[in-house]
Amino acid sequence: MKLPSFDYAAPSTLQEAVSLLGAHAGSALAIAGGQSLLPMLAYRLVAPSLLIDLRRVPGLDAISVTDEGVCLGSKVRWCDVESDARLRTAHPLLAQAVTHVGHSSIRNRGTVGGSLAHADPAAELPGIALTCDAQIAVAGALCPRTIRAEDFFLGPMTTALASDELIVELRFPAWPAARRWAFEELARQRGAFAIAGLALYYDLRDAAAANVHIGVFGAGPRPQRITQAEAALNGRVIDEQAIAAAARTASATVEAIDDVNASAAYRRSLVGTLLERALTRAAQG
Amino acid sequence: MSRPDAYIGKPIERLEDLRFLRGRGQYVDDLECAGALHAVVVRSAVAHGRIRSIDTAAARTLPGVHAVFTATDLGAKVPVIPVRSESQPSLDQAVQPVLAHGKVRYVGEPVAFVVAETAALAEDAADAVTVDIDPLRAVIDRAGAEAGDVLLFEHSATNTAGRFTGVRGDAAKAFAAAPYVRRERFRVQRYAPVPLETRGLLARWDAHAERLTLAGAAKVPFWVRSVLAAMMALPEQCVDVIETDIGGGFGARGEFFPEDFLVAFAARRLGRPVKWIEDRREHFLSTAHAREVDCELEIACRRDGVILALRGQAWTNAGAYIRPNVASAPRNIAQMGAGPYRIADLHMEVSVLLSNKTPTGSYRGPGRFEIDFCRERLIDLACADLGLDRAEMRRRNLLTDAEMPHALPIVLPHGKGGELDSGDYRVTFDRCLAEIRWDEKASLQGRLIDGRYHGLAIGCYVEGGAIGPRENARLVLDSEGMVTVYVGTSALGQGQETVFAQIAADALGIPIEHVKDVFHGSTTCVEEGFGSFGSRASVMGGCAIAAAAEKLKDSIREAAAARFGCPVSAIEIIEGMRAVRAGELQLPLHELAGRELAAEGTFAAEKRTYSYGAHAAHVAVDPRTGQVEVLEYVAVEDVGRILNPSTLHGQALGAIVQGLGGSLLEELIYDEHGQLLTASLASYLLPSMDDYPDIRAVALELYPSPLNPLGAKGGGEGGIIPVGGVIANAVACALGDLGVQPFELPLSPPRVWQLIEDARGSRRQAQRTAR
Ligand SMILES: Cc1cc2nc3c(=O)[nH]c(=O)nc-3n(C[C@H](O)[C@H](O)[C@H](O)COP(=O)(O)OP(=O)(O)OC[C@H]3O[C@@H](n4cnc5c(N)ncnc54)[C@H](O)[C@@H]3O)c2cc1C
Repeated sequence: MKLPSFDYAAPSTLQEAVSLLGAHAGSALAIAGGQSLLPMLAYRLVAPSLLIDLRRVPGLDAISVTDEGVCLGSKVRWCDVESDARLRTAHPLLAQAVTHVGHSSIRNRGTVGGSLAHADPAAELPGIALTCDAQIAVAGALCPRTIRAEDFFLGPMTTALASDELIVELRFPAWPAARRWAFEELARQRGAFAIAGLALYYDLRDAAAANVHIGVFGAGPRPQRITQAEAALNGRVIDEQAIAAAARTASATVEAIDDVNASAAYRRSLVGTLLERALTRAAQG
Repeated sequence: MSRPDAYIGKPIERLEDLRFLRGRGQYVDDLECAGALHAVVVRSAVAHGRIRSIDTAAARTLPGVHAVFTATDLGAKVPVIPVRSESQPSLDQAVQPVLAHGKVRYVGEPVAFVVAETAALAEDAADAVTVDIDPLRAVIDRAGAEAGDVLLFEHSATNTAGRFTGVRGDAAKAFAAAPYVRRERFRVQRYAPVPLETRGLLARWDAHAERLTLAGAAKVPFWVRSVLAAMMALPEQCVDVIETDIGGGFGARGEFFPEDFLVAFAARRLGRPVKWIEDRREHFLSTAHAREVDCELEIACRRDGVILALRGQAWTNAGAYIRPNVASAPRNIAQMGAGPYRIADLHMEVSVLLSNKTPTGSYRGPGRFEIDFCRERLIDLACADLGLDRAEMRRRNLLTDAEMPHALPIVLPHGKGGELDSGDYRVTFDRCLAEIRWDEKASLQGRLIDGRYHGLAIGCYVEGGAIGPRENARLVLDSEGMVTVYVGTSALGQGQETVFAQIAADALGIPIEHVKDVFHGSTTCVEEGFGSFGSRASVMGGCAIAAAAEKLKDSIREAAAARFGCPVSAIEIIEGMRAVRAGELQLPLHELAGRELAAEGTFAAEKRTYSYGAHAAHVAVDPRTGQVEVLEYVAVEDVGRILNPSTLHGQALGAIVQGLGGSLLEELIYDEHGQLLTASLASYLLPSMDDYPDIRAVALELYPSPLNPLGAKGGGEGGIIPVGGVIANAVACALGDLGVQPFELPLSPPRVWQLIEDARGSRRQAQRTAR
């Protein structure tokens, strides 16, 4: 569990970081909080020739809250999100989800960009990004681009990020104050990765649900939306019947995997239960 | 001059903690050693196969690499690691070579040993070693082992490496006549102690003096020395095995592993110190696993709940080789089925099976945890069948003071028995019922509250301690009047330095501050020592220290008599050992000591002590997710004389948390090819204190052991033994209305959910057939 040998650079501009990455495309890796990358290096699952430390790169650690929504710089850490009081109203779903990430020592170092790029299927932030139609701004050798969360996560530890691109920012659309939402996950221990988790929100129009968004992480190879349940709930009053029907739909349609933690059948059932509980809570307001 | 004990029995704070809390602990990796090389083990990535070739050429040429050893470098005969206790010829046939040759038998088996300037270079070189293996089918479980079409050791014609049978009375006859019998199958999963500190070793070879020093030993350093000396063809006195601070052992750490030889061998061959520190992944692959038992247990009762007999069979999955202490679990399963209950007839046959998994060893409460789970589950099932109260049935069968000592079953083939030494098992049981408020909570059993079912259970155990044959200690009084203690037991984090200082201070009648230091474990401390296992250290080491204290006082009297020119009988040691006196003559002790005064003491024990107790739990089960929450956990034990209530309390809490881990979280999962799927702490769930906040442990000392002058019994393992049965019974109680009966651990959310699904399915089935 000694790291393989690699060269190390700590560039002081984003430009420099991107061009280093481009110059070593495929064999260089960025390092932010190191909470995922260092274990991978120690287990020798990756062996980059160059590690590009982002710690000196300026302008990536801001949290901005505007009428447009919430923006998280890629170097924003979990603990920064937790301690930013604005987010509790500007994006309560995000604020709540982040408290479920790992333990405090991990939340003191782990970052937004690292989590998105690492794309663990059971990680909270990718799930939230997908649920909330977030956009991921990236910088690369070519011109900067923005990738929609739904196009970003391709599979376990696989994203649409090119090998010479860096994540700059995660952008969430604005969050109406009256929005109903809930977050649920089941992990076997506090701080452990979830067997499955679920985030949802909807807006109320004439007592009926509108704009329903349901996202699930941990159940499948990547975060996923439960679109059939969303469609079934749109325009409906969230009552017991609607909840039960949505939970059944979610169980039936969620893409679920078998692994050492749980069977696919368990995950299907769990997602239905989580949805039922989340909807019940959200409906209570 | 004897004074009442000033320290024994008091919650003296751990003397060693100051060192640990200040970061001054000296773990093996902290040892600085100029010129040390670093070693890395190349391990098999294949569970079962024939080695075609091992190509080390590329690795040898890498910068900083000093050597790459394979089995062919070890001479004509590759050393094998012997069985430490209770061996059988067939077990001896399946012992592990220190490096694989011919075949590999588990993923993680050492096949080569790389030594380089740094650990990172050694790891690079290890990656460059190419091991070509022709894979064979892997034996994973009992069915595969018993099928016998794939053999681990072709010369032996079977994968059953040994058998232990526990016998008392005539079980067959009792079963034939019994009005009620029930037989069930149980399974305890494979899991492991996973100490915080992984293994590590540092070997130094002094070519001039022909001496070997191996640091990093734990548990049984003297035994390690004798094995190592034999393997290296050195006289024992030319080998020093040094114990360092240890971050947890729990039975696994400190046994003789292949690396104990390899590191020493490399140090001698290369003439340089060699250090090896195990990493977490290798720890999961190479340090002893434990548990993994399939068991069929059958109980015979009268209709009023009196247990008549117990019989059954068990199969322990020992892994690929028989390691030194593999016997403790199967022999305990064979012998301890009756636990604390009065069960006249018992017959239990335990087979030790080989498989292509990491070899196993003992783990806190070896075999006892497993068989307690099976028996306590079976008692609850019998209660349900017979319509009896679960507490009342247990109470009726618990042994009482009047029945002590109580003979234990004989274990074949060795024919050893033993006896429960003392106690009244109803006392801890009744106290436990009171502590959990059993009667008050009775109405909660099986109730659905806020979406969760509540369940309650109680279970009992006995814990063997104070394993002999003997232990030795040496006390030295220096010219300052300070006493240094040397003892042959090992410290694994139990707080031994504290407890031994208490015992020495009381035995000598001195302030504890006058105990300068307590040195333990290392082969340099005493001539002969036995180490720490089977809850022996405090009792055996403590009694040896007390014996040495008496001898030291004799030596003081003799020295004073010589000085004063008077008979020894005239000498009086003044309270606090400040001075000696004979009539009018008086001399401060430090003047008498002048040079050092020393004495050795031995304590021998043929019989073991038995602590005992009861645990109870209140759980809530979410039937939708299968998640079990432990709302309250209570433990009551009687450990004979309590030497230090606070270190004992730590043992109880730690053991219970480990037991809860084994009951709810931990599992080493293999695929059908013999690959370990949970070889990191990301996939192996280790319990921590914050998972189970509400644990209460009460210790009583109503029945001191009659077997030793301290009256003490073992206290290190009791906390883990009954946990599996208690938790499983509490879950069964909670989900009684759903018809759920767990027979297997751990009770993870997916497993509990599956049990609920299955129970629903079979009910639907039953309804359909009824219609
Ligand atoms: C014990 C433990 C428990 C954990 N539990 C959870 C949990 O419950 N939920 C959860 O979500 N996470 C969990 N994590 C992971 C943790 O949140 C990580 O911090 C996070 O996933 C990665 O962030 P990082 O800043 O540490 O990234 P790093 O480890 O530095 O990097 C991870 C990957 O992202 C890449 N990367 C980093 N920054 C950028 C960037 N700006 N642009 C492009 N690529 C980049 C790196 O090259 C690397 O491939 C846990 C980690 C540990 C060790």
